[in-house]
Amino acid sequence: MNDFPWLSVLIALPLVGAVAVALLPRDRPTLAKQAAFGISAVVGVLAIVMATGFDSDGARFQFTEKYWWIKQFGVHWALGADGIALTLILLSVALVPLVILASWSDAERSGGVDGTAPKGSVKTYFALILALEAAMIGVFAATDVFLFYVFFEAMLIPVYFIIGFYGGPQRSYAAVKFLLYSLLGGLLMLVAVIWLFPLSAKPVSEGGLGHGTFLFTELNTMHVDPTTAKWLFLGFFVAFAIKAPMVPVHTWLPDAAQQSPAGALVLIVGVLDKVGTYGMLRFCLELFPGAAKWATPVVLALAVVSVIYGAVLAIGQVDLKRLVAYTSVSHFGFIVLGVFAMTTAGQSGAALYMINHGFATGALFLLVGFMIVRRRSARISDFGGVQKKAPVLAGLFLVAGLAGLSMPGLSPFVSEFMVLAGTFTRHRVPAIIATFGVVLAAIYILWMYQRTMGGPVREGNEGILDLTAREKWAVGPIIAVIIAMGVYPQPVLNIINPSVHHTLARLDRPDPAAKIHVAEKVAENGARP
Amino acid sequence: MKAEGVQAAAWLLIALPLAGSALLLLGGRRTDKWGHWLGTFATVASFGVGVAALVQMLGYDAEERHRTLHLWELFRAGGIKVDADLLVDPLSISFVLLITGVGSLIHVYSIGYMEHDPDRRRFFAYLNLFVAAMLLLVLGDNYVIMFMGWEGVGLASYLLIGFWQHKPTAATAAKKAFVVNRVGDFGLLIAIFLMFGTFGTVGFDQILGTGGEHHGLAAQLSTGTATAMGLLLLVGACGKSAQLPLQSWLLDAMEGPTPVSALIHAATMVTAGVYLIVRSGPIFEMSETARLVVTIVGAATLIAGAIIGTGKDDIKKALAGSTMSQIGYMTLAAGLGRPGYVFAIAHLIAHGFFKAGLFLGAGSVMHGMNDDVNMRHYGGLFKKMSITGATFGLGYFAIIGVPGLSGWFTKDGIIEAAYDKGGTSGAILGTCALVGAGITAYYMSRVMFMTFFGEKRWADGVHPHESPKIMTIPLVILAFGSVFAGGWLVLGGFGDFLAPVVGESEHDFKALSLAGVGTFVLMLAGVALAWWQYGARKVPREAPKGSFLTVAARRDLYGDAINESLLMRPGQWLTRLAVWFDGRGVDGLVNGIAAGIGGTSGRVRRLQTGFARSYALSMYLGAAVILAALLVVNVT
Repeated sequence: MNDFPWLSVLIALPLVGAVAVALLPRDRPTLAKQAAFGISAVVGVLAIVMATGFDSDGARFQFTEKYWWIKQFGVHWALGADGIALTLILLSVALVPLVILASWSDAERSGGVDGTAPKGSVKTYFALILALEAAMIGVFAATDVFLFYVFFEAMLIPVYFIIGFYGGPQRSYAAVKFLLYSLLGGLLMLVAVIWLFPLSAKPVSEGGLGHGTFLFTELNTMHVDPTTAKWLFLGFFVAFAIKAPMVPVHTWLPDAAQQSPAGALVLIVGVLDKVGTYGMLRFCLELFPGAAKWATPVVLALAVVSVIYGAVLAIGQVDLKRLVAYTSVSHFGFIVLGVFAMTTAGQSGAALYMINHGFATGALFLLVGFMIVRRRSARISDFGGVQKKAPVLAGLFLVAGLAGLSMPGLSPFVSEFMVLAGTFTRHRVPAIIATFGVVLAAIYILWMYQRTMGGPVREGNEGILDLTAREKWAVGPIIAVIIAMGVYPQPVLNIINPSVHHTLARLDRPDPAAKIHVAEKVAENGARP
Repeated sequence: MKAEGVQAAAWLLIALPLAGSALLLLGGRRTDKWGHWLGTFATVASFGVGVAALVQMLGYDAEERHRTLHLWELFRAGGIKVDADLLVDPLSISFVLLITGVGSLIHVYSIGYMEHDPDRRRFFAYLNLFVAAMLLLVLGDNYVIMFMGWEGVGLASYLLIGFWQHKPTAATAAKKAFVVNRVGDFGLLIAIFLMFGTFGTVGFDQILGTGGEHHGLAAQLSTGTATAMGLLLLVGACGKSAQLPLQSWLLDAMEGPTPVSALIHAATMVTAGVYLIVRSGPIFEMSETARLVVTIVGAATLIAGAIIGTGKDDIKKALAGSTMSQIGYMTLAAGLGRPGYVFAIAHLIAHGFFKAGLFLGAGSVMHGMNDDVNMRHYGGLFKKMSITGATFGLGYFAIIGVPGLSGWFTKDGIIEAAYDKGGTSGAILGTCALVGAGITAYYMSRVMFMTFFGEKRWADGVHPHESPKIMTIPLVILAFGSVFAGGWLVLGGFGDFLAPVVGESEHDFKALSLAGVGTFVLMLAGVALAWWQYGARKVPREAPKGSFLTVAARRDLYGDAINESLLMRPGQWLTRLAVWFDGRGVDGLVNGIAAGIGGTSGRVRRLQTGFARSYALSMYLGAAVILAALLVVNVT
């Protein structure tokens, strides 16, 4: 089975499915939903079967495939997954079927709120989600930098149409803003990507590879001259910072979040934005290690600002979806901090954080979506006392919220702890400031819970019903994963750790040693048990 | 050494209440009928395991009583490795028995107290969750596992303070408790990061050493690092144990149901800070400064809490001020180092009994008084509820330190240890503790007289009555503990029992010392003053205006006012500014740049309002053109 083109199939299947769903008759919306769910479920099962064959002690990239695509420009259809890519692919394929289940009726109402018919049909919505899934798997599986760029931009198209067709009242503005930001970043990255080709074509004596290529596994051995590397690093970094999103290029996210249907939002924030942090870890650090170290002070500062600024803004929001979007700005700050701390704990924690944040924020957005559908409003002040009317919804909302504030026992705690501890061992001040984010997280989550769920039942909330079976099946598995990975995260870390070692080896950054060693203690008290 | 026998099953201690909690939460309404019994059973069973583990421990020699239990590898990356390990040693087992023992009694009591609450099942689920988290806190064999329990009890506390979520005051108090605790956790987290950076590990064995000799890595700490680490740990302790300056949440926490106040906000959770300091003794021993700050915080809090206790007419808030004050004593003792550790823990356990008894007694009074908490509406209740009155009375004697009862043994020990520290600081700390004892006698006598004696002041529609047996039996057992626990611990070799953890120290109990006599005299003075004000005279139903000091005490010594003006208001202001800035400043700037690149802003607006699809397409075309151009330029 090792030669089976797993990743190509995982990309092709949802894409073919998207076309098939789009071709279904317009008057059979339920069939389109069922087909989309079925296809995404098959993709999920296939990915899990594939993942069981992953050997964490084996080669870095597994399930590799390589075919010429555009031979003249050295572009390959090259796929492969290391531990980090694998876990992100699994995150994507796990979330898509649940999102489809959760947004069963979302395509019938614009943004789930104002009751006007959306511009697109039901089948198109689900076809777009499948197309997005294909692009998301592709972007994590690509080991050719050019192919990565293609998937990176391809993701924009379905998201643009989802927001633009199925979003809230301000959907056009939000969709265009999203597209403008992304394209701006994408173009900068494109320049940098293409620049890599002539660099690699230089002879080995001049630091090139002797042949033009976009293959990541070759490019990450190349030595780019420092000045060029800085420019190229910036090209990649700005694109990823916009995607992540980091302060100050984060402002597209709250608007996109506010207008987007909740289900699609799970994929945008939970998965798509991870491409930003994943890209930093994979491309910025490994292709340009010197430039990455050069930029570290500024990046750490931006990351810390994102953590605190995002959290403060989350506290000040009056709209549920915007609030959760800003919490993500804060969380992405933690991830970037871990990536650029350049310690094993920091980077493993950051990679784990990407997965954990995907599930935790995914659950939170889904539940927020359920609340909005019920109340026909996303304004926090329109809610109140929901706990009395819908205790299961409130309970799950609290658990998802607690995951968002990194409660121990739930998965984000471990990753946040690792990021902060890993950062602290090298950069104390940024770590200490970022740690203050845990206090702010308690404020934004618990205040949101208090205003929506606590207090007496507020007018307009009397008729709020508890979760349906379908909704429980959409959120329940995510909550189960959050708890399981909070109690026993090591199996996932076993997959992630080897990839991180490769990155750190390329960076030539050994972890700082502890000041007082256990070894000394053994020497002094050798006789002690 | 590895745990064997019953101790190898120490995970059951945590798993039982955790399973109870999970069953009750997931089972939903189906478990309403018997949920409270399940919850109680889980805690009692956990207590049984705890007793068995203690019996096994007593069969070992002192140096073999340190037993660890490896469960699984929690996380590992590079040099950072954390295992889910438990530690059964004399210190942790003392807490286990306190938590599960007093916890069981409070579970039983709650069956009666919460009988008419439609959400009783959920209440027991949260109580079980608390017990599980608290046991994780004291049994964890490294700082990270301990921290998981530490945050877990914070969550349980949040859920239980806000149990009546429909009351806005309860919801606000719950949130406040969690947030203030998180400020403490901020310090504790950084302390743990500092340990990783300094030792490369967070394991108790490696850092603190075993056997009370403190040969761990902490012994090699530089003074500066030890001071930083100690003070950061203290910040954590202050948050959890409501010590100055993070005390403000505890009084509001009385919004929770009374059994919660008894279990979490008196007997167990709030003492976690003392546990943390005593457990981390080897770190504090490396820094004179850190220890001094601990004693100052303890002394200041014991006075502040006692003063707050004098001004409250709400019986639960008076007791909450008292809790603050008593934990101040424990913190003071813990800061004294080896001479104080044993008294800190002994007082903690004795306090667990008498304060739990006092709170449950207050709950019993409220139960008979239609949930009225205002002592000015009580009076003469002893005749109406004599079991409650008698058990409350015994707790009262214990806390004010009547010779021979629990509080006398443990509190006098702390006062003497403070004087024994010597020097100016010893004299000041000892005097604070001494004066605190006098104020304690005053405010507790005030509670006693206002509640149980004098003439009745309750309204006509109120019919005070004794509580059912399921509530009074726990009261009787706790009263028994209030009388004997302290003496049994201090005279019964508790110091030797703890020595393998906290080290050997001199702790002979002096029944008659100068400090002891002074304490006794001040106690009598406090009782007499309270009698003169509240026993001999008529207590008005409405609170009089009061002096400057009374008003200050009623307003928690302005703790909330200070927080509000220093933190909350500026915080709100900052938030508003940030929201404004993000909309105008950052977004405006980026939009402006985008508009500048695209030409005039008008063109951008036009593009944004219509023909978005064709715009997207043109961008892609543009991208393709640039791509092609670059290829031509660079490749050739």
